[in-house]
Amino acid sequence: MHPLKRKNPLRRVVLASAATVSGVVLLLSLKPHTAPGLALAAPSSAPSGGGASRGSAPAGTRTVTGDAVPTRYGPVQVRITVTNGRLTDVTAVATPQDNPRDRSISGYAVPQLTREALAAQSASIDAVSGASYTSAGYRRSLQSALDKAGG
Amino acid sequence: MTGRTTTPPPAPFALRHAEEAMGTVFSFDVRGGEPETVRRTLAEAIDELHRVDEVFSTYREHSQLSRLSRGELTVADCAPEVAEVLALGEAAERLSEGWFSTRYAGRTDPTGIVKGWAVERAARRLAAAGTTGVSVNGGGDVQTYGAPGPHRSWRVGVADPLRAGGLAAVVSAAGADGLAVATSGTAERGAHIMDPRTGRPAVTDLVAVTTVGPRLTWADAWATAAFARGSRQALDWLESLPEVEALLITAQGEARCTRGLAAWLG
Repeated sequence: MHPLKRKNPLRRVVLASAATVSGVVLLLSLKPHTAPGLALAAPSSAPSGGGASRGSAPAGTRTVTGDAVPTRYGPVQVRITVTNGRLTDVTAVATPQDNPRDRSISGYAVPQLTREALAAQSASIDAVSGASYTSAGYRRSLQSALDKAGG
Repeated sequence: MTGRTTTPPPAPFALRHAEEAMGTVFSFDVRGGEPETVRRTLAEAIDELHRVDEVFSTYREHSQLSRLSRGELTVADCAPEVAEVLALGEAAERLSEGWFSTRYAGRTDPTGIVKGWAVERAARRLAAAGTTGVSVNGGGDVQTYGAPGPHRSWRVGVADPLRAGGLAAVVSAAGADGLAVATSGTAERGAHIMDPRTGRPAVTDLVAVTTVGPRLTWADAWATAAFARGSRQALDWLESLPEVEALLITAQGEARCTRGLAAWLG
C-alpha cells in the first residue's frame, strides 16, 4: 500500500518525527516540557483520507524553523520541510556539538527508559551506581539518602 | 480455638553502615545471619578497607605503593595483596587491549582497580559469614550477594548522568547470586579518566558507562576502559567479553546498551 493512500499519512509522519525530536530533547534532559519547533511544525491542515495525490494537501514546499532551545551543551534548533503536504526533511539547524563521533552510536536501544517508570522504580532500589563520588559528593547522593532511610 | 496462635516470624537481622575511606564513602547493607557474627565481620571488613587504603594510596608518601613506584620496595617486600592487585591490573590491561592501565605518568598506579577489588572482597567476606544478603557500594560501584529478603532481589539504580538525582535504569540481581554494577563517568569528578596512550584526559563522546557482571573487580575495570574508548569501539569490545553487559550514555543523551542488558533491567 502506498503510504500516501493511508489515512492521515502526514499526521503519522509528523507525529513520528515529533516523537524523535522530543525524544532527543528529553534525553538531553533539559526543558522537558518544550518540544522545539514542533508546535510550529505540525500543520493544522493535515489531509484526511485522499492524501496528497488528490490535491487536498497544501501545495508547494514549506520550511519551518523552530525556536532554539538552550541546553547545557548549547542551543538545539530544528527545521522541517513539508513538500506537497508531506514531511520531507528534518534538519538540526543547531546542535550542541558538531563532532561526527557524537552523532550516533551503534548498539541496542535501552528498553524501559521512560521517566515515569523509573520514578516509580526508584522507590524500591537498594543501592545506586554512578560515577565515582568523593566523600563530599556522597552527602548529596541518592545512596546517602538510601543509607539514611534504612537507619 | 485459642490453642493455635500464629506469631509473626522475627524480622531477619539487618545491618547498615556507611564508612568513609579511600576518599569516598562505602555503604554496607547486610541482611540475615547471627547478629554478633555479622557485626564482627563488618568491623573486620572495615578495618581491611582502611588497611588497603594505607597500602595502596598514591596520596600517602609512605604507602607501600608509593615506595614501590619510587623503587624503594619490591613487590615481594609489599603486602601479598599488592602482587594480587597488580596481577589483576595486568590482566585487565591485556583484556582491554591497553585501554585500562595500571601505570600513570610512568609510575605504577593501580588506583583504577583497587576500589572495585576492595568492595568485592568486603562483600564476599560478609557473604561468607552466614548472611543471606549483602550489598556493598564503594563510591558508586556496587557488589551484591544473595538477596535482601525471601521474595526480593537486590535492585541497583543507575544514576542519570545528565539529571542529578534521577535514574537512567534499574538493574535487578534477579536470581543471580553475585551482581556487580560499576559506573565510570564525568558526572561527579569531571574529566578524571585518562587515556593510557596519551596520559591525558580521555577524549570521549561518553558521559557515563555502566557495566553489569558477576564480579566488581572486572566490571569496574571494563567500565573505565570502555569510557576511555568512546562509544563507537566500546560497544563491540564489550559485546566480545563474556559475562558483561553495559549501558552507555553519550554527551548528547543517547543511551545504548549491549544485547543482553535488557535481561538485567527491571
